[in-house]
Amino acid sequence: MPMTASASRTVGRDLLGLALIALVGLAGYWLFPDNLAFLTRVISVALLVLSLDLIVGYCGVASLGQGALYGAGAYAAGIACVHGITDPVLLILIGAGAGAIMGLLMGAIMLRAHGLPQLVLSIAIVQLLHEAANKASSITGGSDGLSGMSPAPLFGVFEFDLWGRSAYLFGLGLLLIVFAVLRFVTRSPFGMVCRGLKEDPLRISALGIYAFPVLLKMFVISGTVAGMGGALAAIATQVVGLDSVSFEVSANALVMLVLGGIGHLYGALIGTVIFMALEHVVAAINPFHWMTLVGAVLIAIVLFAPRGLSGTLDELARMLTRDRWRAGR
Amino acid sequence: MQTVFSIGVDALAYGMVLFVISIGLSVTMGLMRVVNLAHGAFAMIGGYIASYAARDLGLAYAVAVMLAVFGTILIAIPVERLLYRRVYGQPELTQVLMTIGITFCVIGIANYVFGPTLKTIPTPESLRAPVSLGFRTVSAHRLFVIACGAAVALGLWYFIERTAFGVKLRASVDNAAMAAALGVKTEVVYAVSFAVAVGLAAFGGVVGAELLPIEPYYALRYMVTFLVVVSVGGAGSIPGALAACLLLGAIDVTARYLVPDFGNFFFYLAVILVVCVFPRGLMGRAQ
Repeated sequence: MPMTASASRTVGRDLLGLALIALVGLAGYWLFPDNLAFLTRVISVALLVLSLDLIVGYCGVASLGQGALYGAGAYAAGIACVHGITDPVLLILIGAGAGAIMGLLMGAIMLRAHGLPQLVLSIAIVQLLHEAANKASSITGGSDGLSGMSPAPLFGVFEFDLWGRSAYLFGLGLLLIVFAVLRFVTRSPFGMVCRGLKEDPLRISALGIYAFPVLLKMFVISGTVAGMGGALAAIATQVVGLDSVSFEVSANALVMLVLGGIGHLYGALIGTVIFMALEHVVAAINPFHWMTLVGAVLIAIVLFAPRGLSGTLDELARMLTRDRWRAGR
Repeated sequence: MQTVFSIGVDALAYGMVLFVISIGLSVTMGLMRVVNLAHGAFAMIGGYIASYAARDLGLAYAVAVMLAVFGTILIAIPVERLLYRRVYGQPELTQVLMTIGITFCVIGIANYVFGPTLKTIPTPESLRAPVSLGFRTVSAHRLFVIACGAAVALGLWYFIERTAFGVKLRASVDNAAMAAALGVKTEVVYAVSFAVAVGLAAFGGVVGAELLPIEPYYALRYMVTFLVVVSVGGAGSIPGALAACLLLGAIDVTARYLVPDFGNFFFYLAVILVVCVFPRGLMGRAQ
């Protein structure tokens, strides 16, 4: 297939982006060898935020219940691991499958409503699952959490040890693969239709496209990604707590996404890293100061940078290059 | 029989507390189309002010309630002017973020000022004694809460259906641009209804403090409940909100009595079912 100049340029830019993520990830590996467990959690949450971006940023469906998908993946992988399936790659696939099924269910329910009822449905679903996971303590461990997993070495070679080196590198590899696939998905005609549905649903339906199956498909993809994130957290920490399927996780994911910038896959990553790094530092000092800070940051974003950090950076870059172009003329 | 009766009284009292707090949210949401997640924060502020006035300053309960209502309105006015004004007419996501941000700030500040402990609001003697109904005795406080809920419902009904301001309010809800063109000062209507909504939230927070205890996470813990009630009832509809509060209150309290280890499971199950069957809420208007 002959490639146009612009297509090859975007592919080049994508490769550059992936290389940059890999570089930052490896830098984290070398710079913070004592905090790899935390960094692995960042990667798993980054997958969650990426999955939320697919729904919020590309489909325009506001959701405060993404934790349902994340938790489904975490519990599925955890339960499978306790019952003797220990291959980490297989566990990730199980988590992805559970997330996809949950995404299908959640999408089928949420897409029945619009606006506020839709938002409320997303909250109700995650709360319902939270209570169900708490109640079914014989399977999920209830409020004590699910423990006692011991994943087998990755590819039969790399042990999941106390330092979490293999877990981190495994997570980083997973993130790179998912990110590459999502770049492809969001740029495909299917991704464009989703974007169109966000911008102008009436016009898309006038083009003869029925919105429900398109959005449902995106929900399934999003569930897959979130489920992988949950499974990664389960493998890395070897504990699945009730908080993995909770409103707080879902709300935090939304805050991270908004901080980074909605509708930007890079924004999801930037937001996650900045939010979790800040939380790591400030919440250790005083958790309530952390809440005040998050609240103030949210208000500031809405007032001054509605497109998030990545959008604002983009705008700045565009302004700078335009100035230079003017000056050069 | 005793159980059925006490479930009934508790469910009614709980439903009424939910109603008093969330009716203001319902009205502002129907009127200004703002998804206000910070509504619970105002109820919490009311509770804190009342607790401070009644417990630390030793004022009478009625005075504490008045102080709480007006104090909360005073606090809410600059918030509305500076923050809410910016998100009227914006997409829901923006409103959700702004109001979650406000909620988080209020939680952090409340904890900094009042500490993380539970705050009680001492009730007068007359509310503490049990009342005999002839065949059963009930806690006077429960009856007081139910009476407050009924009074608020009736008062609001009169205010909206029978006064000149109510006519303007309904006109602005139906079509703000047309109402403005006909000479209704929609800005004033918005401001007054926001103040009334916040005042009612504070009132409900104080009156219901025994059922929904006042602590810094109050705003976050019940935020979802209030939002759910409004959505189930249909934004902007008083009978809808009343029906939703009584229905969900009854389901929640009954489930807590009979199957306590399920927690909120049946509450949220009912919410999902109702929203799926009535996507606009029980009595929401078609758009």
